[in-house]
Amino acid sequence: MDIALQLGVQNLLARYAHAIDDDRLEEWPDLFVEDGRYRLTTAENLALGHPLSLIVADSRAMLRDRVSALRHANIYEAQRYRHMHCATLVEAIDARTVRAVSSFQVLRIMHGGESMPFASGRYLDRIRLADAGMQFEERVVVCDSRAFDTLLAIPL
Amino acid sequence: MSALPESRRWPAEGVTRVPYWVYQDEDVYRLEQERIFRGATWTFLGLEAELPQRGDWKTGFVGDMPVVVARDQEGALRAFENRCAHRGALLCLKSRGNSGEIACVYHNWTYDLCGNLKAVAFRRGIRGKGGMPEDAQPESQAPRKLRVEVLHGLIFGTLSDATPPVEQVLGEEVSARVRRVMKEPVRVLGGYSQMLQSNWKLYMENVKDTYHASLLHLFFAKFRINRLEQKGGVIVSPDGGSHVSYNMMRTDTGATEYESAGVRTARGGYRLEAPELLESVDEIGDGISLQILAVFPGFVLQQISNCLAVRQVIPKGTQRTELVWTCFGYASDDETMTARRLRQSNLVGPAGFISMEDGAATGFVQRGVAGAPDREAFIEMGGRAVASDESRVNETSVRGLWQVYRRHMGL
Repeated sequence: MDIALQLGVQNLLARYAHAIDDDRLEEWPDLFVEDGRYRLTTAENLALGHPLSLIVADSRAMLRDRVSALRHANIYEAQRYRHMHCATLVEAIDARTVRAVSSFQVLRIMHGGESMPFASGRYLDRIRLADAGMQFEERVVVCDSRAFDTLLAIPL
Repeated sequence: MSALPESRRWPAEGVTRVPYWVYQDEDVYRLEQERIFRGATWTFLGLEAELPQRGDWKTGFVGDMPVVVARDQEGALRAFENRCAHRGALLCLKSRGNSGEIACVYHNWTYDLCGNLKAVAFRRGIRGKGGMPEDAQPESQAPRKLRVEVLHGLIFGTLSDATPPVEQVLGEEVSARVRRVMKEPVRVLGGYSQMLQSNWKLYMENVKDTYHASLLHLFFAKFRINRLEQKGGVIVSPDGGSHVSYNMMRTDTGATEYESAGVRTARGGYRLEAPELLESVDEIGDGISLQILAVFPGFVLQQISNCLAVRQVIPKGTQRTELVWTCFGYASDDETMTARRLRQSNLVGPAGFISMEDGAATGFVQRGVAGAPDREAFIEMGGRAVASDESRVNETSVRGLWQVYRRHMGL
């Protein structure tokens, strides 16, 4: 096992989780390459070969639009997430590209204090290695459940 | 028939008032199951495109009642209660499958895809011992069969013999608007569910409320997908239970009513860096960019630009509702069209730039009225009548919902 690679990927994944959980959403798009893809779907859609996503973006600009919509356009109650993240498998594809699979659970904490298990699933990542560090070329979030409580405002 | 206590009387003003106990009362919920969902109404069960092959089946709900929808060996669509004649266990546990017959896992009683009980395991016992009496008639407790009708690829079912044909219930104008979207064979793109923390009727009111759309949803007003000054209208079916609201694209006059009224959704400061999200084509060719159609009690057909979907509204108790989304395109779509639909699906569903807010808004009402069962919602936008109208600054279709609701409920 390439330990440096493993740790590098885990570091990227951890920075991703903390950026979202700490409400630093503006930093979220910068974890992707310029034409990076982000897609959030369900295990059911994937198993049935259905291409539908709950969120789909194929550029950093579209990710920034998500963030600014959450900040300025959409109506939802104040809430935050806590990502639990584990079981990261890393596989090098070539000198510049790595594939990673990991598991997550997300708790949602509402402004009133209620905390609930909100989502669980897998991250299917394609990561680019550059001199400046690692970035996501693609992140596919595959949720275990097809059902989402009330709304999914903040990205997983 | 169960009845409601004297205190549950509808306000004298009629359909312009809605008493808040109607979203809270357990007895009301039970009566709705009996008189509406298991009564003379049509429940949407799925798209014909979801069951293309003989032997295909899927499970679903008519109110609280679990059902199986199947394409039988002759190719006909069937629907029946998902309940074994024996002890009442679910017959189909999975959400979909394909098989020649259906066997209950509990005691292996088997059924054909029409819901007929075909075999009882060890009915005659083993080696002359055990088994059922000669004159036993377990068929008497067989799962109930639903009448099924398919309207332009949409499957509807009803338990009642008294339900008039679907097209008759919808009326000519609403039926024509179903055909407008379901104009050719469709292809399912996928689905998901949104669990709403509110009564099912609050969601149906939200769908029928043409007044709220551009006031709650910034995306509608800001990007002029749906503004109340755009040309459009609302069509209400003869019984009040079905409606269509629609508006035209490119009829925007550049009017500034929203801006001068200081409406939140039209304020400056928000723009898209990647406007391709909203890139759309007039694929039906009539200039209608948005059409929302609902059928009582729980069906919605949606065209928002090129994002097409059906939604099933399934009650899960007085304060909880499952909203099942299925997005689709046409079988004839090319890759560009499919990509466009998938991109626009960012607008809908639990994470939809538009639809996420409806999930929140219905919950705000449910929580807001918690201490006020005897107070009433005030619904007089556009007057007090139930009728089609050119203006969507109007709550006529919401009143229509309550008109048909009261008739079914005897309230």
